[in-house]
Amino acid sequence: MIIDYEILKLIWWVFVGVLLIGFAITDGMDMGVGNLLPFVGKTDDERRLMINTVGPHWDGNQVWLITAGGAIFAAWPAVYAAAFSGFYVAMLLVLFALFFRPVGFDYRSKLGDARWRNAWDWGLFVGGAVPSLVFGVAFGNLLLGVPFHLDELLRPYYTGSFFALLNPFALLAGVVSFSLLTMHGGIWIQMRTSGVLTERVKGWILWTGIASMLAFAAAGIWLVMGIDGLTIVSQPALDALPNPLAKTVEVMPGAWLANYAEYPLTMIFPALGFAGVILTILMSRADRPGWGFVTSSLAITGVIMTAGISLFPFVMPSSTDLGSSLTVWDAPSSHLTLTVMFWAVVIFLPIVIGYTIWNYRKMWGRLSIEEMQERTSAY
Amino acid sequence: MLDPTMIDLSRWQFAITALYHFIFVPLTLGMTWILVIMESVYVMTGKEIYRDMTKFWGKLFGINFALGVTTGLTMEFQFGTNWSYYSHYVGDVFGAPLAIEGLMAFFLESTFIGMFFLGWERLSKRQHLLVTFLTALGTNLSALWILVANGWMQNPVGSEFSYETMRMEMTSFVDLVLNPVAQVKFIHTAAAGYVTGSMFVLGIASYYLLKGRDVAFAKRSISVAAGFGLASILSVIVLGDEAGYELGDVQKAKLAAIEAEWETQEPPAGFNLIAFSDQEAEETTEVVKLPYLLGLIATRSTTEEVKGLKDIMHDNEARIRSGMVAYEYLQRLRKGEVTEGNKAMFEEHKDDLGYGLLLKAYTDDVPNATDEMVAQAVKASIPQVAPLFWTFRIMVACGFTMLFILGAAFYYNARRVIEQKRWLLRLALFSIPLPWIACETGWFVAEFGRQPWAIGEVLPTFLATSSLTPGDLIFSLSGFIGFYTFLLVIEVWLMFHFARKGPSSLGTGRYYLEKNAGATA
Repeated sequence: MIIDYEILKLIWWVFVGVLLIGFAITDGMDMGVGNLLPFVGKTDDERRLMINTVGPHWDGNQVWLITAGGAIFAAWPAVYAAAFSGFYVAMLLVLFALFFRPVGFDYRSKLGDARWRNAWDWGLFVGGAVPSLVFGVAFGNLLLGVPFHLDELLRPYYTGSFFALLNPFALLAGVVSFSLLTMHGGIWIQMRTSGVLTERVKGWILWTGIASMLAFAAAGIWLVMGIDGLTIVSQPALDALPNPLAKTVEVMPGAWLANYAEYPLTMIFPALGFAGVILTILMSRADRPGWGFVTSSLAITGVIMTAGISLFPFVMPSSTDLGSSLTVWDAPSSHLTLTVMFWAVVIFLPIVIGYTIWNYRKMWGRLSIEEMQERTSAY
Repeated sequence: MLDPTMIDLSRWQFAITALYHFIFVPLTLGMTWILVIMESVYVMTGKEIYRDMTKFWGKLFGINFALGVTTGLTMEFQFGTNWSYYSHYVGDVFGAPLAIEGLMAFFLESTFIGMFFLGWERLSKRQHLLVTFLTALGTNLSALWILVANGWMQNPVGSEFSYETMRMEMTSFVDLVLNPVAQVKFIHTAAAGYVTGSMFVLGIASYYLLKGRDVAFAKRSISVAAGFGLASILSVIVLGDEAGYELGDVQKAKLAAIEAEWETQEPPAGFNLIAFSDQEAEETTEVVKLPYLLGLIATRSTTEEVKGLKDIMHDNEARIRSGMVAYEYLQRLRKGEVTEGNKAMFEEHKDDLGYGLLLKAYTDDVPNATDEMVAQAVKASIPQVAPLFWTFRIMVACGFTMLFILGAAFYYNARRVIEQKRWLLRLALFSIPLPWIACETGWFVAEFGRQPWAIGEVLPTFLATSSLTPGDLIFSLSGFIGFYTFLLVIEVWLMFHFARKGPSSLGTGRYYLEKNAGATA
């Protein structure tokens, strides 16, 4: 079946969104657990308990990130090229932080030494905290525009510095993602453990939830009041061969809100960002963490979609050469590649979700310190 | 123009991180199937010792696997961070197998690996075996897609350059997947992984026999490793030969460089066993030469010729000049001068565009490059001979040594006398590094032999990098070296720690160190 090029371009925006949201819900959960690990787990047993709730899952979860990266490479090569090389230092810091996770999970409990275990616990904290902060910072910078341009052979050049990425607005966006994922990890711990730990984590869920709402609200106000968006003045037909340099773009105050005005239904996403967090806090308080995990996942979906809808059709706006900005229409791969990758996703993603559910079901249940100690296979 | 120091450092970084990643990959490829074999025997016979074998070798496998995952992340990020022009130029083709690898293989392997380690109590025997099998299937499918991607870098089929989008675009996904180079490379690489797993188990189990510890456990492990290993090394060698045949077909420069053949030989070509090549003088001093062999490997005949580097360079000069024309008309088309005449001229020379891009190392004005620049580009259009010549021979020597070890182990194990062959046990123990040396030199030959191309005859390596500064590279490269050294020290230490303990580390109370804890303490 041949799908229209224009429609496929749009579908791929949805697919990348799905993969990023899938990453944030699954891997964000174990990164959140990492963020809480040294603080909520007071004893070695408690920390092991936390680690073992994500033990059989973190590796599969991490593949959402890898697949999202691979999918961007295949479907939006121009974005993959410009974003990964432009955010060079930030990307490498995320990568170095991620190094701590496989080894942290796998090696930590192989030896009994307290210093060894404590060191890996902080490694797992870094492996959760740095990515969950930086991904928010990255989205913040996308909304501000990234200082990059393309030359006539479409080679991307980044002209900013690493420290310019750490501006107040982007850091505020980083607080949103960091606190939201920490809350998400918290509700997972509450759902999957029994004992003192389960009670203790509730306080963390409350405060990280409140922090994420305040930061999300502040970022929203900032976006409305002080950040000018971009708008496309003219561009080739939407199903044309992708050429980022063929369009004209202008700065326009309020352009990042234009989609909400034009399609009011999309306001459901920012609303979901707030409602999801409030419900998660309520569910946590009411000892219904299962529902809390659902609402927390919805909150994550709402926040990511809010950023995505604001930017649409831009994917990576440029602040220094507006015309070099990459959009849903001029950054994608060829019609054939998008078609092949469309079918790859349609066939394999449901299979992946199927066996992932089987994995979670088999490993399900509340874990207690006593039960963990009886097991012969545990981290 | 890009900073040459930055380009060099980018290449060093890719080489270091890729070779480092491949310390862990082959063991994963092989060990997962060895675990499947051991656990299948356990499920069929119900003998506890086979479950213990699965768990113990699984433990060592896990220590290795963690670093495989860690260093694999780097590979996924690095195309974008350090090779951004590559990513733009070929992402349309190269990105697809990478993304499919994630969806089809990496999810599979990573989802089930957690259940392999932590699911023993939660799963039935058969379910656990299924999990182990799916992990093995996932790792091997992963290798398949990565080699489809790599095979395309060597032999870019199923794709075409588009001047409108200024990049390579896919024209046939089927051709991409069925690329003969990719197929041959996959089987060669996967089988090399199986050999690595086998040599690893064989060597460590030999250590237990030498120490007289856990003899039943060690002998059963050797049975699995020797059988699986012998079958695998035979396919590595046979398929390696098949790879030579493919090279003779599509990568003539690489083949000639491996053989240090500057002049085209009269068929049937002989094979240089030992020779010293001088890149500047473009000549080779032959020391030991085996008649007929190269012609047979490369062309499967005694009458076809194997082209020498000088003739290849001569052909390349023509292609570089044609590439200059292609570049000129590309510029016109990009400027919007889209006339039928310009299009026709571009189409005519398009296949040589990559050769024209080689001149970008010397000038931005490719169509007006001087004869001197063309001469420089011709010199740079073939790989460095001496490193390829020697690494290839190291790889082959390792391969045949392992064939001997695995053959001997298989034979004496079948005759049930392997315990007494202490020389063989010692040899197997100290040969544990051999498969890694073979794998790393093999990759060196494959990738260094591809130079000066990132994508064979399409995109030169020096153009493929990101627009970074040497400072960026110094930051990242020192980060990688620091982290990787630190991780390797920990990994090797843990590996030795648990390999020394042997199955006693499982805490079942059934094995040597636990039973004799009182006596030795």
